[in-house]
Amino acid sequence: MNTLAFSATIAAASFCAGFLGSLTGLGGGFIVTPVLTLVFAADIRYAIGASLISIIATSSGAAAAYVKEGFTNLRVGMLLEIATVVGALLGASLVAVFPARTITVIFGLVLLVSAYLTTRPRAEHLTAALPPDPLAGRLRLDSEYPTPDGPRRYRVRHVPGGFALMWLAGVLSGLLGIGSGAVKVLAMDQVMYLPFKVSTATSNFMIGVTAAASAGVYLRHGYVDPGLAMPVMLGVLAGSMVGARLLFKAQTARLRLLFAGVIVLIGLEMIYHGALGRG
Amino acid sequence: MTTGPTREQDTRVQQAVGNLLRAGVLLAALVVLAGGVLFLLRHGGSVPDYRVFRGEPMDLRGFTGIVRDAFAGSGRGIIQLGLLILVATPVARVAFTAVAFAFERDRTYVLVALLVLSLLLKSLAG
Repeated sequence: MNTLAFSATIAAASFCAGFLGSLTGLGGGFIVTPVLTLVFAADIRYAIGASLISIIATSSGAAAAYVKEGFTNLRVGMLLEIATVVGALLGASLVAVFPARTITVIFGLVLLVSAYLTTRPRAEHLTAALPPDPLAGRLRLDSEYPTPDGPRRYRVRHVPGGFALMWLAGVLSGLLGIGSGAVKVLAMDQVMYLPFKVSTATSNFMIGVTAAASAGVYLRHGYVDPGLAMPVMLGVLAGSMVGARLLFKAQTARLRLLFAGVIVLIGLEMIYHGALGRG
Repeated sequence: MTTGPTREQDTRVQQAVGNLLRAGVLLAALVVLAGGVLFLLRHGGSVPDYRVFRGEPMDLRGFTGIVRDAFAGSGRGIIQLGLLILVATPVARVAFTAVAFAFERDRTYVLVALLVLSLLLKSLAG
């Protein structure tokens, strides 16, 4: 296969990654990494570099639309980003101490359980009727998001719990070198009771910031290859822009199923890699 | 109890941040595309091999080297420059958000956004 065909194939796979990644708030690394390592037999370090680029591209490609439409909760995103970045810095410094393989397998199992939790439907409109959470009120986190029936208000709950889980998401992403979109969405959806679309859009906003924080390191170590990153970046950007157009109309129950399906895949991927000691 | 920002303010902030994000992403995509066309015209027929990790040459690992290569007309250098712009977009996103909160006179979140920005710059600089 010559470079032209190689680039076209990777761009097509990356388009799917960006499309799914933007709708689920998970980034696109979970498709880009296995495609590069398993299909094209690329070294895992090249794949990690390209995967990092794919996460930033998914995030940035969809962020404009999500922020403008009002899905992204900028306050929740910024507040939780502190926890994530602090966690990521700690996680990266613990790499030498902790058995990354074991943690990878455990995390994979946690994702399989989480997949089950997210498929349980939740009455999202009910949170608006709950009494306001004092901390969320003081931090002005309650907001509204667009629905086909007009804007709908929602309340944010359990801010400290969400903050703690975000910190853990950061530690994991620093330690394992993975995007932490799954934990981010789970924390906002399952703990803080944000509407699912707000959770995925806000996670999408945050994962780019988290990934950018580690981009400098990977670039300096020579992991980012322009020949690989070019089709990945262009494909992912196009896919995430298309995905972002669909979020408004998408049915929440279907999005939940899609999200659950994808984190089952990610969970299995992690168990596989952890057991084999790769990635 | 402080009064919260109005919905109109929030919407204006969202539009401004959204537009700036879109401009940055499109610029990054155009630069990568231009570099990609040059790269494929010159190397499209060769067979790529990423099985063994060799790491990128030093000039594609840092800012000054990348800019030098890009302006020398190297396709790989231009792609890498576009990727640098892409990496800068989340940084800009945080900075814009800080400015936007400042326009709303929301001091708490200006501080939050600036804290995120400084953490981000610190880890980017290594």
